[in-house]
Amino acid sequence: MTYTPELLELIKVVEATRPQRLGQTFPPMPLEERQELLQKFHPDYIESGMREIRIGSYKGKRMPKELADVVEGRPHVDPNFDLSNPEFETDVLVIGGGGAGASAALLAQEHGAKVTLVTKLRFGDANTMMAQGGIQAADRPEDSPALHYLDVIGGGHFTNFPDLVEALVKDAPIVIAWLESLGVMFDKTPDGVMMEEHGGGTSIKRMHSARDYTGAEIMRVLRDEVRNRPNIDVIEFCPAVELVLDDKGAVCGAILMNFETERYFYAKAKVVVLATGGSGRLHYQGFPTTNHYGATGDGIVLAYRAGAELVFLDTMQYHPTGAAYPEQILGQLVTEKVRGLGAQPVNVKGEQFVYPLEPRDVESAAFIRECKERNLGVITPSGQPAVWLDTPMIDLIHGPGTIEKALPAMVRQFRRFNIDMVRQPILVYPTLHYQNGGVKIDADCRTTVPGLLVAGETSGGVHGRNRLMGNSLLDVCVFGRRAGITAAALAKERQPGKPTLAHLESWNRALDEIGLNGAVRSPILIPNYARKG
Amino acid sequence: MAERNDLVPIYIMGKRYDVPSSLTIMKAMEYAGYTLIRGVGCRSGFCGACSTVYRIKDDPKLYFGLACQTVVKPHMYLGQIPFFPAKRATYDIAQLQAQASTLFQLYPEILRCLGCGTCTKACPQQLNVKGYMAAAMRGDIAAVANLSFDCIMCGLCAARCPAEEPQYNIAILARRLYGRYLSPRSDHLHKRVEEIQQGVFDQSIAELKAMDVNELKERYKARQIEA
Ligand SMILES: Cc1cc2nc3c(=O)[nH]c(=O)nc-3n(C[C@H](O)[C@H](O)[C@H](O)COP(=O)(O)OP(=O)(O)OC[C@H]3O[C@@H](n4cnc5c(N)ncnc54)[C@H](O)[C@@H]3O)c2cc1C
Ligand code: SF4
Ligand code: SF4
Ligand code: FES
Repeated sequence: MTYTPELLELIKVVEATRPQRLGQTFPPMPLEERQELLQKFHPDYIESGMREIRIGSYKGKRMPKELADVVEGRPHVDPNFDLSNPEFETDVLVIGGGGAGASAALLAQEHGAKVTLVTKLRFGDANTMMAQGGIQAADRPEDSPALHYLDVIGGGHFTNFPDLVEALVKDAPIVIAWLESLGVMFDKTPDGVMMEEHGGGTSIKRMHSARDYTGAEIMRVLRDEVRNRPNIDVIEFCPAVELVLDDKGAVCGAILMNFETERYFYAKAKVVVLATGGSGRLHYQGFPTTNHYGATGDGIVLAYRAGAELVFLDTMQYHPTGAAYPEQILGQLVTEKVRGLGAQPVNVKGEQFVYPLEPRDVESAAFIRECKERNLGVITPSGQPAVWLDTPMIDLIHGPGTIEKALPAMVRQFRRFNIDMVRQPILVYPTLHYQNGGVKIDADCRTTVPGLLVAGETSGGVHGRNRLMGNSLLDVCVFGRRAGITAAALAKERQPGKPTLAHLESWNRALDEIGLNGAVRSPILIPNYARKG
Repeated sequence: MAERNDLVPIYIMGKRYDVPSSLTIMKAMEYAGYTLIRGVGCRSGFCGACSTVYRIKDDPKLYFGLACQTVVKPHMYLGQIPFFPAKRATYDIAQLQAQASTLFQLYPEILRCLGCGTCTKACPQQLNVKGYMAAAMRGDIAAVANLSFDCIMCGLCAARCPAEEPQYNIAILARRLYGRYLSPRSDHLHKRVEEIQQGVFDQSIAELKAMDVNELKERYKARQIEA
C-alpha cells in the first residue's frame, strides 16, 4: 500500500519546489473572489444535488436530496402505538451520547434533575470522539471574545445568529476551565501557557489542543464523568425513533428502540435534549465522509416531525483535506492542524495555488477547481482526484520531531498503510464533514417546540452558513451545558399532559397528499453498507 | 455478480467468505453481507469499538487489530470483541488527591501486574501498556498519563491480561488526575474567566451585535492576522 512508482515520481516535483516555498505563503483570497469561487465549485451550489422540501415549516426551502429523503420519511411506529405504559420515567431525557449529550447530562444532573442518556451505538461512538485539531477560546491576553466573535461571524459569511455567537465566545474560556477541572489534559508549556495555533479563518492563534486527540480526550473524560455521577442512567444501543408530544403540544418523551431486539418502547420525560450530531453518513452527492457510522441526521428528522423549525440545511461543510490515498482510508480526516503547522497544499506541478488556511468552504472549492477546471490535480490509481499536502514542511519549520509529537494520530493512520507523512507529502481531497445548519435554537437551546431542547451539531444558527474549525467542539460544550441548565429548570416547572402521537397522523396524511407514502422509513439510524446478493 | 480475480478467503466466526483483498476487515464484513451494529463506531481508528482478534491459517500466533484500520489477509480467522466487561471504579474527581495511594485504593489490583507484556503486544495503538502499568505500580501519575495518552479504550489489553487488570480504566483515572491537579496552572485562562464574569467584554460584543452587516464586513476585513 505504499506509494506507487508513478506517485513517487510526482513526489520529487513537490520536493523540488519545497525550499523555495518554505518562506512564502500564497496570499489570502479577497472577499469578493470568494463568492465567485464558491458559486462555481462548492457542492452546496450544485443544483442537481438539492431539492425542495414539500411538507412542514421548511416547505419550499432546499436541502441536499439525501437529507430531504429522510426528512420526508415514514415514521417507524404507528400513530396508535401504545403509550399507556412507559418503560421508564425521568426528568430529562438526553438523546445522543456525544459531547453535547454528555455535557447536557452533567449540567442537568448538577442542577438537580434525574437524567437518562440514551444513545444509538456505544456511549462516545460519536463525531466528538474523532475531532483531532482543537477547540477555540479567546484566553490569551492579546486575544478577546470580541475578536473571536468577528472571526466566527466572518467565517459564517455574516449569517450567524448574533445571540448564539455571543454565548459561544463568552462561554468559551469558561468551558476550557471546566474541561480542565474535569481532568482534560490540554497542551501547555511547562509554565502553564496554553499552546495555541491558528485554524482556518482565525485572525489570532486560539486553537487549544490535546495532541491530535482533542475530541477523544474531551469525550472520554466527559463519558467517565457521566458514569461517575449518581442520578444519570446511560442506555447504549438504544436509538430514539420518534418524539412524543402531550395534548398541549409539548414534548413529553420519546419512542426508543432496542437496537438489537428491535423492540420499540415509550420513555416518558419532562424535557428532552436532542443531541444526535450530524449527517455525514447520508453521503451527500456521493461524497465520502469523516463522520462516525451513526451520523445519519436522526435529530433533524425527529425534531421536524414534532414541528421544530430548521435553519441553514442547504449548506454542508466539506473538509478540504480528506485522505484521498490509500483507498482504505478514503474520506478520513486529515486534521486542519496539519496546515496550521505549516504544511502547504500544492498541485501536481509542486506549486501553491491557495492560501492554506482559508475558511473551509473556500479552501475546498479551490481544491476542486484545481482538479476539475485547471486539471492540475493528481489522479490516484483508483481514479480519485487529489492535491498534495506537503507535510514534511512541518519539521523543517518547527524542528525535527514536531510532527510525531503534535500529530501522533495522523502519523499512525498513514503508517498503518506504510506511508510516512514525516518524510513524504500526502494526497488529499474534500470530504463531507459537518452539518452547518440544523434545528433552530435560542441561546438557552430552546426550540419552537415546548419541552424540546437541542444542542450540538443537530442545532443550527451559531455557525451561520459555515463553521470554523475548533468552534464545534466548543459549540457542543457551550450549548450542551446550557441545554442541561435549561432542562433542569424546565423539569422543575413542567407537568406533562397526556402523551400522544397525533402529530404522526397529520404527518402521514401530508405524506399521502404528496404521494410519498412509499418513502423510506426514517430516521434511518445507520447507513446501508451491507452488500446484498 | 461479475467474477473478480482479487478475492481472498476469510473466516468470520468460522464461516468462509471470499472478499476483495484490498478491503479493511470492517468493509469485508459488510461485503460479506453483515449489517454491523456492534463493533463499529468511528470507522477511523479513534473510538475503539472494533477490536478484533485474528489468526492466520497454520500460524499459531494470535494477532490483534482494529477492524476499521486493518486490511484483510488470506485465510484470516476473525473474532470480534466489541465489548469487554472490565472493572471500572466510581469516584468523584473533585474529592481525590493526585497521589499514588489514590490509584491503589481505587484499583488495588495494580499491584498484581506480572510485567508479562501481553498487553503491549495486544495494543492496536502500539502503546507501551506494560510500561504505563509499571509506572502505575510506582504511583507515577504523570508517567501513566503521558504514556497512555493515545489510548482509545478498546479493551484488547484487558481482554488478554493474565492478572485481570483494567489497564485503560486505570489510565484514564491517571490522566484525569494529571489534567486536574498536576498540569501547570494556566493563569491567563483563569484571569480571562474572571474578566468575562465581571462583564469586561460585554460592551465590545454588544457593539458588534448592533453593527450593520457592511460595517461588520469592514471590521472583518481590517483584522490584523497574527503571524
Ligand atoms: C473527524 C472529525 C474531526 C473533527 N475535528 C474537529 C475539531 O478539530 N474541532 C472542532 O471543533 N470540531 C471538530 N469536528 C466536529 C465536531 O467533532 C462535531 O461537530 C461535534 O463533536 C458534534 O458533537 P455532538 O455531540 O453534537 O454530536 P456527536 O458527537 O456526533 O454525538 C451524537 C451522538 O448521538 C448519537 N445518536 C445519533 N442518532 C441517535 C438516535 N436516533 N438516538 C440516540 N442517539 C443517537 C450518536 O450515536 C452519537 O453518539 C470534527 C468532526 C469529525 C467527524
Ligand atoms: S498483560 Fe497484565 S500482567 Fe501482563 S504486563 Fe500487562 S497488565 Fe501486567
Ligand atoms: S492501552 Fe489497551 S485499551 Fe488502550 S488502546 Fe491499547 S489495548 Fe486498547
Ligand atoms: S470503528 Fe472506531 S476504532 Fe474502528
